[in-house]
Amino acid sequence: MLQVSIYRYNPETDSEPSMQDFQVDTGGKDLMVLDVLELIKSQDTTVSYRRSCREGVCGSDGLNMNGKNGLACITPLSETVKGNKLVVRPLPGLPVIRDLVVDMSMFYAQYEKVQPYLINDTPAPAIERLQSPEDREKLDGLYECILCACCSTACPSFWWNPDRFIGPSGLLQAYRFLADSRDLATDERLSRLDDPFSVFRCHGIQNCINVCPKGLNPTRAIGHIRNMLLARAT
Amino acid sequence: MSGIRTISFDGVIVGGGGAGMRAALQLAQSGYKTAVISKVFPTRSHTVSAQGGITCAIASDDPNDDWRWHMYDTVKGSDYIGDQDAIEYMCSEGPQAVFELEHMGLPFSRTEEGRIYQRPFGGQSKNFGEGGQAARTCAAADRTGHALLHTLYQGNMKNNTVFFNEWYATDLVKNQDGAVVGVIAICMETGETVYVKSKATVFATGGAGRIYASTTNAHINTGDGVGMALRAGFPVQDIEMWQFHPTGIHGAGTLVTEGCRGEGGYLINKDGERFMERYAPNAKDLAGRDVVARSMVLEIIEGRGCGPEGDHVFLKLDHLGEEVLESRLPGICELSRTFAHADPVKEPIPVVPTCHYMMGGIPTNVHGQALTVDASGNDQIIPGLYACGEVACVSVHGANRLGGNSLLDLVVFGRASGLYIENALRDGIELRDASESDIEQGMARLDKLNSSTGGENVAELRKELQNTMQNHFGVFRNGEFMREGIKKLDDLRGRIDSANLSDKSMAYNTARIEALELHNLFEVAEATAITAEARNESRGAHAREDFQERDDENWLCHSMYYPADKRVGKRAVNFEPKTVDTFQPKIRTY
Repeated sequence: MLQVSIYRYNPETDSEPSMQDFQVDTGGKDLMVLDVLELIKSQDTTVSYRRSCREGVCGSDGLNMNGKNGLACITPLSETVKGNKLVVRPLPGLPVIRDLVVDMSMFYAQYEKVQPYLINDTPAPAIERLQSPEDREKLDGLYECILCACCSTACPSFWWNPDRFIGPSGLLQAYRFLADSRDLATDERLSRLDDPFSVFRCHGIQNCINVCPKGLNPTRAIGHIRNMLLARAT
Repeated sequence: MSGIRTISFDGVIVGGGGAGMRAALQLAQSGYKTAVISKVFPTRSHTVSAQGGITCAIASDDPNDDWRWHMYDTVKGSDYIGDQDAIEYMCSEGPQAVFELEHMGLPFSRTEEGRIYQRPFGGQSKNFGEGGQAARTCAAADRTGHALLHTLYQGNMKNNTVFFNEWYATDLVKNQDGAVVGVIAICMETGETVYVKSKATVFATGGAGRIYASTTNAHINTGDGVGMALRAGFPVQDIEMWQFHPTGIHGAGTLVTEGCRGEGGYLINKDGERFMERYAPNAKDLAGRDVVARSMVLEIIEGRGCGPEGDHVFLKLDHLGEEVLESRLPGICELSRTFAHADPVKEPIPVVPTCHYMMGGIPTNVHGQALTVDASGNDQIIPGLYACGEVACVSVHGANRLGGNSLLDLVVFGRASGLYIENALRDGIELRDASESDIEQGMARLDKLNSSTGGENVAELRKELQNTMQNHFGVFRNGEFMREGIKKLDDLRGRIDSANLSDKSMAYNTARIEALELHNLFEVAEATAITAEARNESRGAHAREDFQERDDENWLCHSMYYPADKRVGKRAVNFEPKTVDTFQPKIRTY
């Protein structure tokens, strides 16, 4: 039997959060953490968490498992369980709505701040805008972000300034549009990022790289933005 | 006495996937007060899982490509019960819709010329089946759905669409004339229930693959739109037509794109034989999905399956080389390593046909207007109700959808719905207000659930439902066995209606949502079962052991399922495209 400890909090009945223990029969299989949560929920229906695609592409089930952020649906027990114990908590640093469900509005607000959409006001051609394979390749490692918030909620700078530091996820998206040969708002985008908090609160701690379930590298993207800002200042 | 808050909009879209967000974008751009109600944050919708691409004759791979060839393939793929006016509209409008997505920023893969990369997919041909395999599926690596969904969300953000994220629509509200005038919805965070009033209610709620035990579909694909429509007394069309995707990962059910076979991968049995050469000598592994899925099941039944249980076959990719796999199919490599513990660079992926797509749904015209049929057999528009994407049955997929056509369907008809509603709003839409009792009727199911006591466990009932559908209404079907399945469903109805909700709390109560979703799953399952038993022929994805031939004399038509008396009727297929000659039914071989 696997020992699972889950963070519980229901704002209607609990004055403070607590951990609840469950014993789960995994049948000796190397289940994903999400499978374990489903087994628990089929018995105790009050346990709340988000989930959708169950294959690591929708970004719903970002959770803190044995101290590390990741997606429950693609984290096998063999990767996270130590000493037959699994501790599941909500993503750190964001307000908890209930149990494992956090309020993501601050995270989404930072995403919106970077204007994450293509800006190009020239008349569109009758077909697609052309882009060379080399230019398209510059978007690899950027466009794949699934907005799961694993990175930003693992970042101490984001914990301190969630309202002012854009955070690794938002900055990765900012660079995705800066790097797009079809986007014509580079200068405007950089001006909006050019303050002491938006970008420069990144201290290169690199937790973001360690936890990204898609293997992306926000720190490198942030480095590119810094270089662009510095080049522009000189 | 309902006493709930009312919020009013010109247009309300239920569902934040590709179809819903494309419709919303159109309406938001027109300046009408538009809201999207989505039970998940929009980028968590199931469109995100689409991999291989969006099929469309943009003439990048082949400068002479022609949307009429795409139309021919789609009509043939549908086994001739796709509506030819709708297919014509989709294939001819498609390029415009795809270019719009690119202009919005969708990061398509590129050719050396800088154009959108296109790959071969199943059922594709040049020159009306005479010119060999086409490469018509526009791709962003193997993450096209993700790229498309995020781009549409970004586009809506740019146009200030109002989103009610993590709100769940429970039922339609109809006025005294039977017109749809909005929905009842729950804010999941607070538990508040409101009446969302609207002049146009668009269902873009996606599919219902979770009626089966083994599915590529997300947990959220519970047929909410179909459930709401059936409870409101509206019919559904061709609901017996379910696509089993040939390549779901054995055990996990997760999708492996047809693009793998498009890029040169192929299926093998336990003897290492490329068995599709026997079943489809020309198209081989790129035959229609229904054809490939049936061939795989036959290999397994006849003892040539792989693994200790002989219950799957292998998809071989390693001969493509690491470079092609990592650049064209990086997501598949990831999924296979995670869920099959197989590295496609070195070893084949264990795969099995898995429930993937609902071809049927709410019947609509090309403007997304929902239809019913009156006593004399004429189409009647249901005022106020629209549907697009997987929940709708326009029908462009008929009895079998071609790969890459779902993403095209959802952008073309999401856009068409938005365009039509924009014009209708400009001309003025007059619907009488819902009365207090109309609203109460929309609340009835929720009220009953909220005051329920006792009942069985939701997760266990859901499992029983899924197993019944899996066992009795799978790839191959027969009458006697289906009638047994229908009996089991009869027994399940009452038990599911009174399923247990012991937790009545308000804040983010996912148990309540899952109980409501189970009702919808049941509605879809029952409609599927009754209609499948009635269609006494084999066509497209509907393969009957007791009626093995296609029966054009009796069944070259849509099925219609009427919920009030659980009756199956027929509706004519459209054979009148506007600008090309009719494609006459032929024997369908690949």
